[in-house]
Amino acid sequence: MELLEPQPLIFEKSRPGARAARFPAFADGGADLDAAVPAQFRRREAAGLPELSEIEVVRHFTRLSQLNFSVDTHFYPLGSCTMKYNPKVNDRMAALPGFAAMHPYQPAATAQGALELLDDLEHLLCEICGMDRFSLQPAAGAHGEFTGLLVIRAHLKSKGEGHRNKVLVPDSAHGTNPSSARQAGFDVVTVPSLPSGQVDVAALERLAGPDTAALMLTNPNTLGVFESRIGDMAAIIHRAGGLLYYDGANMNALLGLARPGDMGFDVVHLNLHKSFSTPHGGGGPGAGPVGVKAFLDPYLPVPRLRRVEGALAWDHDRPQSVGRVRSFAGNFGILVRAYTYIRAHGAEGMERNSRAAIINANYLKAKVRARYREAAPGPCMHEFVVVPDEAIARGIKVADIAKRLLDFGFHSPTLSWPIRNCLMIEPTETESRETLDRFADALTRIADEAASDPEKVRSAPHRLPVRRMDEVAAARNLDLRA
Amino acid sequence: MDYVPNTDAELEAMLREAGAASYDDLIAAVPEGLRRPGLQLPPPLSELELSREIAALAHRNTPPGQALSFLGAGAYEHFIPSAIDHLASRGEFYTAYTPYQAEASQGTLQVIYEFQTLMCALTGMEVSNASLYDGATAVAEAASLALSARPGRRALLVADTVHPEYLQVLRTQLSGWDCEIRTFPSASGALDPEALARAADGSAAAVICQNPNFLGRIEDMARAREITHAAGALFIAAVNPLSLGLLMAPGEYGADIAVGEGQPLGIPLSFGGPYLGFMTARKDLVHKMPGRLVGRTLDSCGAPGFCLTLQAREQHIRREKATSNICTNQGLMALRACIYLCLLGRQGLREVAEYCARAARFAADSIAQLPGFSLAHPGPIFNEFVVACPVAAERVCAELEDQGIYAGLPLHGCGGPPHHLLVCVTETKSRPDIDRYLKALAGVSHRAMGRQVGIDK
Amino acid sequence: MKVPDHLKYTATHEWVRIEGDLAAVGITDHAQAELTDIVYLELPAPGKQVTAKSPVAAIESVKAASDIYAPVSGEIAEVNAALPGDPGAVNARPYESWMFKIRMSDPGELAALQDADAYRKSIGG
Repeated sequence: MELLEPQPLIFEKSRPGARAARFPAFADGGADLDAAVPAQFRRREAAGLPELSEIEVVRHFTRLSQLNFSVDTHFYPLGSCTMKYNPKVNDRMAALPGFAAMHPYQPAATAQGALELLDDLEHLLCEICGMDRFSLQPAAGAHGEFTGLLVIRAHLKSKGEGHRNKVLVPDSAHGTNPSSARQAGFDVVTVPSLPSGQVDVAALERLAGPDTAALMLTNPNTLGVFESRIGDMAAIIHRAGGLLYYDGANMNALLGLARPGDMGFDVVHLNLHKSFSTPHGGGGPGAGPVGVKAFLDPYLPVPRLRRVEGALAWDHDRPQSVGRVRSFAGNFGILVRAYTYIRAHGAEGMERNSRAAIINANYLKAKVRARYREAAPGPCMHEFVVVPDEAIARGIKVADIAKRLLDFGFHSPTLSWPIRNCLMIEPTETESRETLDRFADALTRIADEAASDPEKVRSAPHRLPVRRMDEVAAARNLDLRA
Repeated sequence: MDYVPNTDAELEAMLREAGAASYDDLIAAVPEGLRRPGLQLPPPLSELELSREIAALAHRNTPPGQALSFLGAGAYEHFIPSAIDHLASRGEFYTAYTPYQAEASQGTLQVIYEFQTLMCALTGMEVSNASLYDGATAVAEAASLALSARPGRRALLVADTVHPEYLQVLRTQLSGWDCEIRTFPSASGALDPEALARAADGSAAAVICQNPNFLGRIEDMARAREITHAAGALFIAAVNPLSLGLLMAPGEYGADIAVGEGQPLGIPLSFGGPYLGFMTARKDLVHKMPGRLVGRTLDSCGAPGFCLTLQAREQHIRREKATSNICTNQGLMALRACIYLCLLGRQGLREVAEYCARAARFAADSIAQLPGFSLAHPGPIFNEFVVACPVAAERVCAELEDQGIYAGLPLHGCGGPPHHLLVCVTETKSRPDIDRYLKALAGVSHRAMGRQVGIDK
Repeated sequence: MKVPDHLKYTATHEWVRIEGDLAAVGITDHAQAELTDIVYLELPAPGKQVTAKSPVAAIESVKAASDIYAPVSGEIAEVNAALPGDPGAVNARPYESWMFKIRMSDPGELAALQDADAYRKSIGG
């Protein structure tokens, strides 16, 4: 039985007059429409929405879902994305009517349970990261970076050092780092990496100076290597008068093992949709809380939680704050999920997570390194980067390997980043040994095929609902809506 | 509790097979002095204990669903058809990543393409992106887009009837840009064309207006658009997408960019998030649009399919030169909005919007009949309006809260007069609900008037 | 990689053809190959004043984006208006696909450009 067939657009299934949801009319004395909204303010033409029955809508979206790879259905070893299992209890908790139906402006006295949860989550994140305060406002990792950088800027300005306008970013950093720095009004200075993948500390020393506002660092870095000279780097930056910013994208390696706050970082952001198991949802929503050391607390975005006579309330009166970074008070539904996750684990669970993530990565690396060259030899943390030299020598691209992996039922690793022609593999702690073995076998088989049947690799995927998409045509002949 | 499938014995064996003598070998790069085992966290909980503990927190809240709520102000209580929760919790949507691998993500990609199509249909615009964080950040992203599209112009003119939080976020988000954000005054709760004409000079990159505005009034967007274009600026319309079942679409009055908060489209209130920012625009602005875009194309065998497109605009390629730093979007929320619009369809959306408009008008006019109460800004409304109360709005709220009613949002906290109350009525309020509300307000009126009479004596 | 002898080159992979007081500018064969399939071009407005080494145009492929820098200072005299509608031409015929012409304000700046041999060497050809 072949169920995985592409689906026509929902608009093609529309039939005039078909209905799913119906609503009552406002009866008994309702104002007549022309009196309520004069015709000059009404739309001239009804919006072209499709017309279908409920079962047609349900089948359409159910079938579409079946065309996806997902963590619930497939191994998804995307490096730096931490595609771990999303525990189902998280969702049940977030969907409790006592949370899901709450209005952001309902009186604080009627929202004490939610506010207590947020307050507790702030404290738990402080303990996990070694920071003093957390803001739960930012909606995503990049939003957290932007917020953290605004905090740094506000602090420097208040010290009379607003002239510090350079943010140092390693060349291996996530693209959001330089982009967020630019959005926050800083100039970006790229710090080179050594062949080992670690930051070139000597170069960092040369680049740090009186115009340095901050260094943004991911640790472990994107090659999966812990920046063991973090102490030296912190000293260099602090001596130069700048601050240290921690990009928490790879925090999964450090849960219960080490804390950015102890390494000298002044600001951190976390991606709750990575290390703290909230779902990726096909691209979001996420949450990107920002943690700071106590001296930066006055600059955190509003609103902040404040306890007055035992009850919590939102405090908007924070004159030194960078301001508001989003409407209302954070992606609450995501924060409930992360809170649930942390409370399930406790300290032992966190430690076991990072330990299993690191063992899984090293185990998998050992299984594939005979055919795929390690970009950074030696033990890795939670992820690793390999280069398929053999296949590339035969004219196979990493994208071809990625597409062929799909045929074997595995999502692709992250490609060609942070170095050219590489695969960045992050198995996470929630994969079994058996899955890792099958994945390693698939990679080995693809390395064989690159020699024996290169066309098969080059023209992959073969077993998916569609063949390889023509991205060039998509960009040259834009078709963005039906 | 944890979710690690391998047993300790298996992990130990894997460690050896990886060539390590111990776990410490693997983490040798982490200096001993930096290791920090033994976090001070509450003890781990089983799912049963966890559920009990967190449900207890939820029980301490009284959400609008359990009270009778007339709160709106940018976050609206609407009925959510059952099929949405069911479909949006499917693991294949829920636990997938951003659809970078097109062939393994056709479901998500087609949903986004359909979402883009629906948002274009709703707003009457030519192109839509795949979503942004929320309404407030969408307004700020639209402003950045306008500044890039109108080089040389550095002023952003914002109607003072735009949601105050949107304005605050705009100021924060553009604080690193070389630009100037100016508000222009309204007259009796709605846009003042003359004030706009005075403000719109050659420095204006864009004018930002909201419809219905923060105070609930329907604006004359067509007039504002005319004045804006005469000044050579872009017109940015922040709209409630659900209102577009009835109200004139941004494309119909000639907006250049339409943005807004998509929460009314089948997304739970959830204490403020996650919600759904959306952005649609004229086609020629597509290269400067932030966020992801999905395009329809062909596969290598000529069959139709979908992929992310124009990715070179984005941060993972452009880095510091990207149009925006956005990466994560609100995919799951866009999915909900997409399903909502398909379930309601052409007719259903119109029904909901009409219900809101008629019920809100009825409630507003009825409240205005109560002694001591009046409408602060007479004129056309959609689902919200401002009531001038005989006593401080906060007192009205406190009195009604005791009766299990959230009366609305006192505007004092947003810089409004102390006796102004912003009231929202959607299809979730039946006629008996509104009658109950009127009765409760009449009680306030009675007590206030009685007191006044007492003073007069 | 083709590197025609009669053109001048920049370190940022633009080629320059001298036409009297005009300098026609495009990107080299090497540059188009590095970018891969080009999907988008953003050209400057005619009349715009540009200074040498400043970004004046943008080019995007499916997986890369790059600025195009003015090899010399002057005024944008003309742009190749047909090109944005057919960006693939830059891949197919890089040296016919001029993007803009600069009316040079200081032809002396041409001396700073590389000749074909030097450029060939710089790209390891």
